[in-house]
Amino acid sequence: MLTFITHRLAGALLVVFGVVSIVFLLIHLIPGDPVEIMLGEAASVADREALRAALGLDQPLARQFMTYLEGLLRLDLGNSYHSHRPVFELVLERLPATLVLAGMALLITLVMAVPLGIVAAVRRDSLWDSGAMGFSMLGVSVPNFWLGPLLILVFSLWLGWFPVSGRESFGAVVLPAITLGTGLAAVLSRMVRSSMLEVLGEDYMRTARAKGLAPSRVILHHGLRNALLPVITLLGLQLGALLAGAVITETVFSWPGVGLLTIEAIQSRDYPVVQACVLLISISYVLINLLTDIAYAWVDPRIRLGGGH
Amino acid sequence: MRTWIPGGILGAWALLAISVYILPLSPNLIQLEHILVPPREGALLGYDDLGRDIGQRLLVGARTSFLVAFWVVGLSALLGTLIGTVSAYLGGWWDRVVVQVIDIFLAFPGILLAIALAGLLGPGIENVVVALAAVGWVGYARLSRAQVLSLRHREHVRAAEALGSGRLRIMTRHLLPLMMAPLIVEATFGVAAVVIAEAGLSFLGLGVQPPDASWGAMIRDGTRYMLVAPHMVLAPGIAIFTVVLAVNLLGDRLRDILDKRLANVMGKEQ
Repeated sequence: MLTFITHRLAGALLVVFGVVSIVFLLIHLIPGDPVEIMLGEAASVADREALRAALGLDQPLARQFMTYLEGLLRLDLGNSYHSHRPVFELVLERLPATLVLAGMALLITLVMAVPLGIVAAVRRDSLWDSGAMGFSMLGVSVPNFWLGPLLILVFSLWLGWFPVSGRESFGAVVLPAITLGTGLAAVLSRMVRSSMLEVLGEDYMRTARAKGLAPSRVILHHGLRNALLPVITLLGLQLGALLAGAVITETVFSWPGVGLLTIEAIQSRDYPVVQACVLLISISYVLINLLTDIAYAWVDPRIRLGGGH
Repeated sequence: MRTWIPGGILGAWALLAISVYILPLSPNLIQLEHILVPPREGALLGYDDLGRDIGQRLLVGARTSFLVAFWVVGLSALLGTLIGTVSAYLGGWWDRVVVQVIDIFLAFPGILLAIALAGLLGPGIENVVVALAAVGWVGYARLSRAQVLSLRHREHVRAAEALGSGRLRIMTRHLLPLMMAPLIVEATFGVAAVVIAEAGLSFLGLGVQPPDASWGAMIRDGTRYMLVAPHMVLAPGIAIFTVVLAVNLLGDRLRDILDKRLANVMGKEQ
């Protein structure tokens, strides 16, 4: 188990290093001069050079990269071009909102997808099945920047049940979470279905039924527990879609999380903040996958004994 | 049947997108007397916040969507397949580097990297294509790499190698044809993903710039007037939804057909 964890950890570290490099290089892809964009056309050459030196942009690229890495290790991601506050602080402030949204969306996903997948598998080729899979097809095809406004239209404007945007009241999280969770629920319900279908044909299921156990116990206790195992890894991978979707969903609902901060920073050309947001979201994604892999290997010895991968 | 309906819907949209080049449209014509007017005779989808005809803008948006989808899927499939195939066939340190790079790109969730790229490169349809292709090639590279790894020890490849065929010939004649089926399925789903991604970037204000029309930008404009003019959000949304749904249905169907064909081929070999 320890070998497995070290192996996975080393791989993850390499990936994180690559992610950091790309995020660092992003800023050098921008056409034009960031200093000029910040100061405007009218600034004097002396002012520009002073700012360039202050930001370290006059150093060679390799030196800048080393400085960036050093800063990262001290959790110092530079200062915002606009508010001049430390970027780390700014991002940290927005993190709880995103975590609440992502957590609620995940909850909604599971509540929708698991029962749908089970029903579709158990009542295979019935109306239930085609209904559940039809929902899945619709859910995959509806973009969240349209589902969000639709939900606002129906539940906020027409019915008046939930606020249009922001996160002041308790119910405010419901619509954003549904918007964010639906796409993932659509994908997940298909996975649960196919995983469940595989399990249903296993010998131990027949044994459980032959023992005279109640059908619900057979399916939930013997079936679901085995069917959910492979789903967990896939869920980890799919959480990336949830994190990226948060950027759009937060924009739709003016939900003050990291995603909205990313877009605000892009619009105000606040590059250090953009870098930090992308870095934070990507590294959380790498960590989530690392943890799901380890959890999976811990639950299922076949994985960790299967040679590391 | 299950192929014809989504195929027909897509074909209809493609025709509508092409019609932009033929029809005498004025999608950017501002008519102040028509501001936020709901659908009525003469303008079946109503007018937007500047009094522009939404139906006509929808057609131009279709062209934007299809153009971006064509270029992004084409570029990423070409680039990704090239990198994946060569890397897997040659192996060695080059392959290890490619695998590492693929892993790093996959660490950026979904379209996050495309959002950052498009945001930093600045708005415009070319930058959207660059940003989405820069992210899109990874899927094709991974898929073609896996395909080559499973195909390269097949008998016909070994026979070709024994007969002294060059590497290029083996890759193009003996490996690529067998990889086409899964790549086509991937590219089909890719079209759906790119249509959503382009609209998403435009929704965020990072895509096509006004006055050019994009479905995503139309939804974004519409969200500001939802109470008075819900038709502004509904029309482009339904357009995206039908296209993506049709592509996904087609992709599912295609996968079933090609899987069956593949199973048949495998069955005969044994």
